[in-house]
Amino acid sequence: MKFGVVVFPGSNCDEDCFYVLQSVLKQPTVYLWHQERDLKKVDCVVLPGGFSYGDYLRTGAVARFSPIMQSIIDFAGKGGLVIGICNGFQILLEAGLLPGAMIRNTSLRFLCRYVTLRVDNAGTAFTNRCHPGQVIRLPIAHNEGNYFADGETLDRLRRHKQIVLRYCEPDGQVTADANPNGSMDNIAGLVNETGNVFGLMPHPERSAEMLLGSADGRLIFESIVSAYASK
Amino acid sequence: MKARVYITLKKSVLDPQGETVKHALASLGFNSIEEVRMGKYVELNLNTASKKQAEQKVQQMCEQLLANPVIEEFRYEVISR
Repeated sequence: MKFGVVVFPGSNCDEDCFYVLQSVLKQPTVYLWHQERDLKKVDCVVLPGGFSYGDYLRTGAVARFSPIMQSIIDFAGKGGLVIGICNGFQILLEAGLLPGAMIRNTSLRFLCRYVTLRVDNAGTAFTNRCHPGQVIRLPIAHNEGNYFADGETLDRLRRHKQIVLRYCEPDGQVTADANPNGSMDNIAGLVNETGNVFGLMPHPERSAEMLLGSADGRLIFESIVSAYASK
Repeated sequence: MKARVYITLKKSVLDPQGETVKHALASLGFNSIEEVRMGKYVELNLNTASKKQAEQKVQQMCEQLLANPVIEEFRYEVISR
């Protein structure tokens, strides 16, 4: 399975993603420059974390109009697998590939620490290696991770089981205390209605080896590989 | 033509920055504040001939890029320079 990691000016998790996919998961991986339109026949596009275009105007707002994004929107429309991590998630929201928007963390602080997350939908192409309700440990590192959507959108997300990851206590309970940034419904990650586009604020690429404190992030990437293999 | 664009968070969206500024102002003794809402101000210089044309363009710019309709609202004014 071939992965493509998109590089915008200001991306800073692109090399981490590339390393995990190529060296840990042993999957062929290429970089995709934001000015290109060619997706190089990849099977999954990764939008990495960072500060694309310096977070100017709104996080992800400018990256969303780069040439590569037009190709990614077409690719996603045809059912291609797309994962957006942190800033990548913000770009997916701005591009309208996922519903809702991100606003500033309620604390107004940049949050950089491990969190525990409950897998609310283990049936997706991005979480099939987890079991339903499993609690995983991944790090967050963001200033705008406070997920917002109107009531109607939230209802639709719940109805279609699109809410995949939620901030929780270590025992799996979803509480206000476990919510680091003020996200509605403790939402940390969600998929689109067709299940082929996934956005999440935590960083699985920073937690794919025990050396870094957790290897749970690997489950996300392994899920993508097994989803593709069983297609 | 000159355009002034004001972008603010919708009423239904929590504004953590505005809340913090409100508390800071209160601690300075400004107790009469009921609410603070933060926003963005964008100034544009356009080389369009008519005001109407400029307004159309600014409207499109706001819808496509300057504001995010999920969380923000905008208003603008176009004035002849």
